[in-house]
Amino acid sequence: MCTDCGCAPPQPEHDHKHDHASRKIRVEENLLAKNQRLAMGNRANFAAYQLFVLNLVSSPGSGKTSILERTLTDLKGKISFSVLEGDQQTDNDAERIAATGVPVKQVNTGAGCHLDAHMVGHGVEDFDLTATDILMIENVGNLVCPASFDLGEDHKVAVLSVTEGEDKPLKYPQMFQAADLMLINKTDLLPYLRFDVEQCKAFARQVNPQLKIIELSCHSGEGVTEWYDWLKAGVASKQRVASST
Amino acid sequence: MGTSTLHELSLTQNLIESAEEHARRENANVITSVTIEIGALSGVMPEAVEFAFEACTKDTLAEGATLEIRRIPALGRCQQCSQECAMESLLDGCSACGSYALDILKGQEMALIELEID
Ligand SMILES: Nc1nc2c(ncn2[C@@H]2O[C@H](COP(=O)(O)OP(=O)(O)OP(=O)(O)O)[C@@H](O)[C@H]2O)c(=O)[nH]1
Ligand SMILES: [Mg+2]
Ligand SMILES: [Zn+2]
Ligand SMILES: [Zn+2]
Ligand SMILES: [Zn+2]
Repeated sequence: MCTDCGCAPPQPEHDHKHDHASRKIRVEENLLAKNQRLAMGNRANFAAYQLFVLNLVSSPGSGKTSILERTLTDLKGKISFSVLEGDQQTDNDAERIAATGVPVKQVNTGAGCHLDAHMVGHGVEDFDLTATDILMIENVGNLVCPASFDLGEDHKVAVLSVTEGEDKPLKYPQMFQAADLMLINKTDLLPYLRFDVEQCKAFARQVNPQLKIIELSCHSGEGVTEWYDWLKAGVASKQRVASST
Repeated sequence: MGTSTLHELSLTQNLIESAEEHARRENANVITSVTIEIGALSGVMPEAVEFAFEACTKDTLAEGATLEIRRIPALGRCQQCSQECAMESLLDGCSACGSYALDILKGQEMALIELEID
C-alpha cells in the first residue's frame, strides 16, 4: 500500500518478442538517487510535524540503545519521543525501549546491513507524529553503509565508545564525515583503559572539522546534561521554524 | 569485511532493478552490457560489485551481461584557500595549505551510466 515509493506489485509485462536492433541507452542515474528521493519525502513529512529526527549510528555495542534508554527515562515528561529500532534479527533493543514506556517500532532489515529511507517511511506510519518532538532512529550496528543512506534525518549522530580504538574515525571516515555530532560513550571506563580522548577528537576533526563532540557515560550520567541540552536546542529550533511561518 | 560485501550486494540489486526498469521502458528483451561509475570515495568496492553482479543478474534481463566499471578519481576543493586537489582518501588534506576542510567535488558517486540492450 504505497504509491510514492513504488513498492506496489509491478505491472504485468507484455511477453511478445520485439525485433529491435541492439542499441545503447544513456542512463546516468545515481544509484543512491532512489533512496535520496524517498529520503526527501520523509524529510518533508517530518517537517510537516516539526519533528527533530536523529539517526544513531555506531559499531555494534557502542551503547546506542543504552543512551536511548537513559535519555528517554531522564527526559520523560519534558520531551516526547518515538523510536524506530533497526535490527538484523532480534527485537531485544525494541523491548528495552518499550520498557521505558516510549512508543517504539522494530524494523527488521533481515539480511540488510543498513536502514534505508523506504523502511523508515513505512516504519513511522503507526506513530502519532503530532504528539512527537523527537524521532530517534537506531540504525544497524555498522559503520560502513549507513553513511551512504540518507533516511530524511536532521542529523546523524555517531556513537563511539572508549573501549574501541581512538582511530575509529580514521578507519571509517565516511561515517564521521556524514555525522554532525559524535558521542564518546562509556567514559566511566576511562580509568581502566588506555584511550586517549583528545587524540580521538583530533582524529575525528581531521575527518570532519565541523563535528560537534560530547563525552558522556550513560552508566554514571556524566556528560548527559550537555547531550540533553543539545536535544532541547534541536526541538526548540523546530518550534521556532513553526511559529515563524 | 562482511558488512561491506552485504552492502555491495544490496547496491548491486538496486543497480540491476534500475537497469531492468530502463530496459523495459525501451521494450528490450535482454541487457547485454551495463556500464557503471564508482567513485574512489564512494565506499563501494568495485571487486565486490563485480562479484555480486554475476549472482544478482541470474533470472533477470541482464543475465549474462558484461559489466564495465569506470573508476572515478576523487577531487576536493579546500574551504580555506580554494585550491582544487586530487584525493585518495577522505583523510587527505589540502595540497596547498594542509587544511583538512575539503569539500568533495567528485568521487562519492555510484552511478548507472549506460546500457546495451537488444
Ligand atoms: N561501562 C559502560 N557500559 C556501557 C555504557 N553504555 C553502554 N554500555 C554497555 O555496553 C553494552 C552494549 O550496549 P548497547 O546499548 O546494547 O549497545 P548498542 O550500540 O545498542 O548495540 P547494538 O544495537 O547491538 O549495535 C551493554 O552491555 C551496555 O550495558 C556506559 O556508558 N558505560
Ligand atoms: Mg542497540
Ligand atoms: Zn513502500
Ligand atoms: Zn548496507
Ligand atoms: Zn588549502
